[in-house]
Amino acid sequence: MKHIISIKDFGREEIDSLLARAGAIDAAPQIRKTLDGKQVALLFFEPSTRTRMSFASAVSRLGGTTITVDSIEGSSISKGETLADTVRVVSSYVDAIVLRHPKEGAARLASEFASVPVINAGDGAGQHPSQTLLDLYTIRQSMPLKGIHIGLLGDLRYGRTTHSLAYALSNYDVTIHTIAPPTLELPGSLVSELHKRGCNVQEHEDITDVIPDLDVIYATRIQRERFPDAASYYNVAESYRITPEILEGHKKEMIILHPLPRAGEIDPRVDALPCARYFEQARNGIPVRMAMLEEVI
Amino acid sequence: MEDEPRGLLISPIKDGTVIDHIRAGAALTVLRMLGITSQTDEELSIATNVTSMTDEKEGKKDIVKVSNRELSKEEVDRIALISPHATINIIRNYIVVEKKGVETPKLLTGIIRCTNAGCITNANEPIKSVFEVTDEGLHCLYCDTVITTDIESHIT
Repeated sequence: MKHIISIKDFGREEIDSLLARAGAIDAAPQIRKTLDGKQVALLFFEPSTRTRMSFASAVSRLGGTTITVDSIEGSSISKGETLADTVRVVSSYVDAIVLRHPKEGAARLASEFASVPVINAGDGAGQHPSQTLLDLYTIRQSMPLKGIHIGLLGDLRYGRTTHSLAYALSNYDVTIHTIAPPTLELPGSLVSELHKRGCNVQEHEDITDVIPDLDVIYATRIQRERFPDAASYYNVAESYRITPEILEGHKKEMIILHPLPRAGEIDPRVDALPCARYFEQARNGIPVRMAMLEEVI
Repeated sequence: MEDEPRGLLISPIKDGTVIDHIRAGAALTVLRMLGITSQTDEELSIATNVTSMTDEKEGKKDIVKVSNRELSKEEVDRIALISPHATINIIRNYIVVEKKGVETPKLLTGIIRCTNAGCITNANEPIKSVFEVTDEGLHCLYCDTVITTDIESHIT
């Protein structure tokens, strides 16, 4: 039985194979009914719009059906049931479980107690492998992953998407340029792990220093609560905002990604530029999640 | 000036395990790691801050003797986390029949409390924490937290 818990459990070949499967689905989605007669539980114990809807859509497009829990209040966990028991019981109803939970490591625990495959749809500040896979898929639509220069921009300390993406990209001999305000840099433990895995990591504070070198900009939200007051937040947020002016001199093939939702990190004028791929990236959640479901069921 | 008279602080045991060369002051933590609490009915002898010619910390060490129980390798290897130079002596009929050092285990199950309050191992779930011992520190296999400092205070 296969589970998808963390991108760290994936080697390069497995990632390539899953992305290739997503590509095949994208090319001919209408002929796949691989989940015909199957049912998937979407256990979302934390708010989610995009991830929950796209998993529901992915199941439906593969011919399967879903049953959903969309809050702790609406479940027996509010009566004191453990997640372990919930997962054991739900396992007997369905063919797979997609889980989002506020506690880190919850999906790993679920995989230990479930008798059906578990897909992690985000566990607290921990892992969110479907987001990483769709990020990789979106990059690969424009260029091979091997050897790219990617700029990770914004809150790199607390942003789980950038951590997982950086880890996954370390399979592909990439150069990672981190562009973050002081105190929000990539954690030192992750940087040393990336170095160990042969990844070149270069740290910057100013995005204009590296724009001409980048193949991909991956922007993330800088959260207001990370700053002591509104003024210092707005100062920092403004200097990390992507505008058409900042992008001057970029490579012709460069693309911009963002896991969304965005606050003010990307000027709406950028949306019309050919390099803006974040809405395409969100759409790619469907074929990638279809591929993940096919992989485990 | 006369030398202090030297002698045995605690008696030899007939059968059981002697853990010697424990870092001075760490004996009680060692007992906790072995699951030996105040509720135990095992016969224990504990000596702390004993003068030692070979140990660090100003020539002091701790010794723990557990009668009538031969501790397994898995049990004693946990001690390496806080006292890597400890030695284990298995005693039968007052004779040391086996003497070995401790080796840091690759995995620590149910011994360390994860420092991440958001980790599922700190929730009310029927699981034990599992940490992998790495060069960087202790790596939680559930939430990926790495504990690098003050490991002793995170022992459950």
